[in-house]
Amino acid sequence: MKHFAALIDALVYTRSRNEKLRLIAEYLRATPDPDRGWALAALSDGLDFPAVKSSTIRNLMKERVEPVLWTLSRDFVGDTAETASLLWPAPDHPPSPPSVGEAVGLLSGMTRKSVQAELPELLDRLDASGRYALLKLATGGMRIGVSGRLAKTAFAQAFDVPVEEVEEYWHGLDAPYPELFAWAAEGEPPPDIDNLPAFRPFMLAHPLEETVVDLADYAAEWKWDGIRVQLVRAGEETRVYSRSGDDISATFPELLDVLPFPAVLDGELLVRGAHQGGEEGGAASFNALQQRLGRKTVSRKMLADYPAFVRLYDVLLLEGEDLRELPWTARRARLEALIERLPESHFDLSRVVEARDFAHLAEIREGARDDAIEGLMLKRRDSAYVAGRRTGLWYKWKRDPLLVDCVLMYAQRGSGKRSSFYSDYTFGCWDGDPDSGADLLPVGKAYSGFTDEELKKLDRHVRSNTVDRFGPVRETDKSLVFEVAFDSVHASKRHKSGLAMRFPRIHRIRWDKPPHEADRIEALRALIRD
Amino acid sequence: MPAPFSWIRPEPHGIHVVPADCWIDPSRPVDKALVTHGHADHARGGHGETVATPATLAIMELRYRTGAEDEAGEVPHRAVPVEYGETIRLPGGVDATYVPAGHVLGSAQILLEHAGERVVVTGDYKRRPDPTCPPFEVQPCDIFITEATFGLPVFCHPPIEDEMAKLLDRLAAYPERCVLVGAYALGKAQRVIAELRRAGHDAPIYLHGAMEKMCRLYEEHGVELGELRLVSDHTKDQMRGAIVVCPPSALNDRWSRRLPDPVTAMASGWMRVRQRARQRNVELPLVISDHADWSELTRTIDEVDAQETWITHGREDALLRWCQLHQRRARALAMVGREDEDD
Ligand SMILES: [Zn+2]
Ligand SMILES: [Zn+2]
Repeated sequence: MKHFAALIDALVYTRSRNEKLRLIAEYLRATPDPDRGWALAALSDGLDFPAVKSSTIRNLMKERVEPVLWTLSRDFVGDTAETASLLWPAPDHPPSPPSVGEAVGLLSGMTRKSVQAELPELLDRLDASGRYALLKLATGGMRIGVSGRLAKTAFAQAFDVPVEEVEEYWHGLDAPYPELFAWAAEGEPPPDIDNLPAFRPFMLAHPLEETVVDLADYAAEWKWDGIRVQLVRAGEETRVYSRSGDDISATFPELLDVLPFPAVLDGELLVRGAHQGGEEGGAASFNALQQRLGRKTVSRKMLADYPAFVRLYDVLLLEGEDLRELPWTARRARLEALIERLPESHFDLSRVVEARDFAHLAEIREGARDDAIEGLMLKRRDSAYVAGRRTGLWYKWKRDPLLVDCVLMYAQRGSGKRSSFYSDYTFGCWDGDPDSGADLLPVGKAYSGFTDEELKKLDRHVRSNTVDRFGPVRETDKSLVFEVAFDSVHASKRHKSGLAMRFPRIHRIRWDKPPHEADRIEALRALIRD
Repeated sequence: MPAPFSWIRPEPHGIHVVPADCWIDPSRPVDKALVTHGHADHARGGHGETVATPATLAIMELRYRTGAEDEAGEVPHRAVPVEYGETIRLPGGVDATYVPAGHVLGSAQILLEHAGERVVVTGDYKRRPDPTCPPFEVQPCDIFITEATFGLPVFCHPPIEDEMAKLLDRLAAYPERCVLVGAYALGKAQRVIAELRRAGHDAPIYLHGAMEKMCRLYEEHGVELGELRLVSDHTKDQMRGAIVVCPPSALNDRWSRRLPDPVTAMASGWMRVRQRARQRNVELPLVISDHADWSELTRTIDEVDAQETWITHGREDALLRWCQLHQRRARALAMVGREDEDD
């Protein structure tokens, strides 16, 4: 654990990507199995210990540190795990520290009941850095600027193997990945994943921005507003993977026995409804899909009310044949042929959008807002299916965000670096004519879209225009207008205004605009597409 | 008979010693000031008369020309030196004794005695040994006026030997680079250099120009700092594998481009908290402070065992809470112009 803790500390303080890669690679080379495998899983957020939550740590601490002192400390430090690691009352003669493997073993053995007694025993064996590393590992989300991709690249660098192969084998294997290390470090044959329902890294798109492409070279498809998934069938088992390679099969059981042959398919997971794709067997808005996300078990009613299906974009592997080297046109032909063999109830094909030229395509895209489509994808016709984001092959061309003028109503302090700033804003729109006594109703919350300079100004505005306080929240005098950008808006029973925005962020601060000129709720309601 | 302690009054811009009509660490010019130490949030220029230790006065002369003659040969801002342990009699029957505070060169607590009552004003202090100044001395008193810069239980300064070892390890690991240490120009920089020497590092240490005069002043007061060189007189290649010391503000400044691929370090008690170190782009945080940490603050309050503790600046909420939990009367003074030292 000592070396792992030192690695975590070094990563926290290193900004340079190359230096991070070097640190991780060095650790992976120097550390024996299974510790290095567990460390790799922790760095790429591949570990989960359901018994250990942030609230578990808070509870442990409140038994050991006077609550007011705990809260003041936590507010200053900005992170529960770090505060606990600093405040833990260490014994005078701590028992020997655990290895990463032992710590992982102990953590996975803990239950909601036993954790209150067992976690302290583990913490007693570590110093402050070790406690920090352990608590971060146990609660997931290391948030030290190491993405899964970076961890894999570091692995590839450590043992001088191609990163694409690492990505490919990785997802078929479980932590602590002994086969992966045997292959990369000891020169053993690569792990056999052909007969495993393993994740294959996605091909990703760059934003189009100012680029103009020739439609002779690029095909256009809709970018659907669902979640990108990979459906894999191998060895009689089907799995659904999310974009990050998480196995989300349990959330979508209806997809697990509808793919009748071995294949790896790329598509958009959607929920049936009448709002996307219209007559082509439409899908509901993202809001409906939201009902299905993140569930570990799914009720019969859920399955009936929000049936999921996959709108196919691409085919990577088919009945033992790897199609990824083929140009997009050839893969598309194979996809159009294989859709015939799939049940309509659970699959359809993402249509190719035909346009005369780029300008025409732009026009089609403009009209796309009404269909609640995220935008367009442009795919190079002669390109292979390449893992990751390679320049010039795929572009995403999102429609422009929607904008609405809202009035700042409440502000709350941020956390961490922002804990001394009022940086989380709740804003509202008028429920009628503000000049004849209408009220503001909250319509959303945002904590992004402004610069550090603007944050300082906003913080000053909040402090000098406070009319009331509720704990950490301040109510302002409603004198400041935000131009808020958002992707879409949906009906919502949970909000008093009856609607919920998707991805709201502050687009511009309208210091100049009088609040009564902000938008009314009706304007927002007219944009609902559920 | 006047009410107890009515002769000492905390005001927003300093502590007023009423019968003597003088101020301790005032944040604006006054006729007569008693100054604990040379840091800018305690020592200001422009007082008619400043009473402080000789070293503090030397620092104030360097910074504000306190005690220096003007063109007309007059001394507009008089300096009255007081040695450690020396007591001076102030008007109105107040005795002031300067006692080592262990914070920086020349730093003192001021013990005030009047009508049988004892008040200690600590200024800033620490309890750890420091090769650049004599150690803090506990003075039992009736009112203890303390700082609270690191007044949260998360602050626990590790032994300085550990931090020096971290610094020297990093230096050895990158012979082609240099380690740039951001350190407060008065006190911290010289302490770090002196501790490096104590740890056996005898190679030349390079200085940012803004540090030179203060280092010379320390040397004149008997603190040995070994061979010091100015960054501006040397090439990148000459500084490879060396330690460079600069003020914290220069760490991410264009100035540092003249250095050979510096590893950015900072010596400060704030480095105990990761987010603080990250905010300053620090790669090598060194938890070194010239202030008392939480255990030193609370231990000192216990040892002086005053009837009342007044807290001047820092994180007073937590220290007040601690006092409350330990049945000690305490209050926070709202002082202006006291900022967290970059310390
Ligand atoms: Zn000071
Ligand atoms: Zn101070």
